[in-house]
Amino acid sequence: MFKKFNIKEDIANRSLVKSSVQRNIRSKILEQYNKLEPVIDEVLPKKSSLILIKCHEHINLLTVNNEIMFFQHFDGPYYPTLRLLHKYPHAFPRVQVDKGAIKKILSGANIMCPGLTSRGARLDEDLPANTIVGVFAEGKEHALAIGLTKMSTEDIKNINKDIGVENVHYLNDPLWKSSIES
Amino acid sequence: MSEQDTPTTSVSTSVQVIYCGVCSLPPEYCEYGPTLSKCKEWLQERHSELFDKLYSQTNIESDVATLSLENKSTNDAEDKKKAKEAAKIERELQKKMASKVTITRIARNKKKSVTNVSGLQNFDIDLKKAAKNFASKFACGSSVVKNNQGIDEIVVQGDVSDDLYEYILETWPNVPEDNIELTEEKKSKK
Repeated sequence: MFKKFNIKEDIANRSLVKSSVQRNIRSKILEQYNKLEPVIDEVLPKKSSLILIKCHEHINLLTVNNEIMFFQHFDGPYYPTLRLLHKYPHAFPRVQVDKGAIKKILSGANIMCPGLTSRGARLDEDLPANTIVGVFAEGKEHALAIGLTKMSTEDIKNINKDIGVENVHYLNDPLWKSSIES
Repeated sequence: MSEQDTPTTSVSTSVQVIYCGVCSLPPEYCEYGPTLSKCKEWLQERHSELFDKLYSQTNIESDVATLSLENKSTNDAEDKKKAKEAAKIERELQKKMASKVTITRIARNKKKSVTNVSGLQNFDIDLKKAAKNFASKFACGSSVVKNNQGIDEIVVQGDVSDDLYEYILETWPNVPEDNIELTEEKKSKK
């Protein structure tokens, strides 16, 4: 999604989110990631203002204190950014890929099933299709990508072919590099 | 109680992640970037304990990998590619260091003049904001204008070239002093 993205040029407008809408977003995010509940006040503080940045190609970014926290495509689910995922790695579902896949993911490739089922990779949780997952790697401590499962973990194990997790946001992609200035 | 608490605390405590100052990735991913050697230096300087943890093991491993000849050729090709990328980044940096900031005083009529600043964008400076700063600093009009080559410049109303020179040095220390050029231009047509 962010292979071609330039934060400086792609911003259509930015606006302060009304507190009622803010509450709405908050509950939506909590609905999606119920494990985030204990820390939601740290992630989206009630007092500080939430800024919604609309970009081209229907990408919305939610920022708090000039840090991008979540992003969204159309009015789909909210994805956490990698920096947020690094901070709260346990709040999101996780999958782990083997070592060979790291390089390919970092250049933006989608994750194929064999990379998720081989030795060194792990699928600990049972997840349905279309779940947002943090992608971790064998031997690494931190996540390297955010993905969307294309099939359930059951299917990934059984079919073991084609794209298992779509790569949405990965380390060193333009979104990672972009920083928001006020 | 305490046993039940452990999973929740693992969620509620935020993890502080160290990011590499050179390539901005978590250090464990530096090896996949083009600037590994520089990243290593940076890490050793700032977070030596992490450096030891990451590279003491991998060094041994990579030694073993190079010893076993089976995938040496692919390694070589990859190394070359990486070296190329690193060289490219280096070149860009040098280009940046060589780029000049020109401050030009342009006479508007007998008494009045405007000051034109070009080349600031090469130093990662937001021109719009800089223009705003100049305006409030020198109490005059200041705006971002496209010149006839289509490159953005800042035009400040009034002759503030000497003050600007100092102000730029003060506010953006990453702009080397030698790279700022002061020139003067008289309006030719009447």
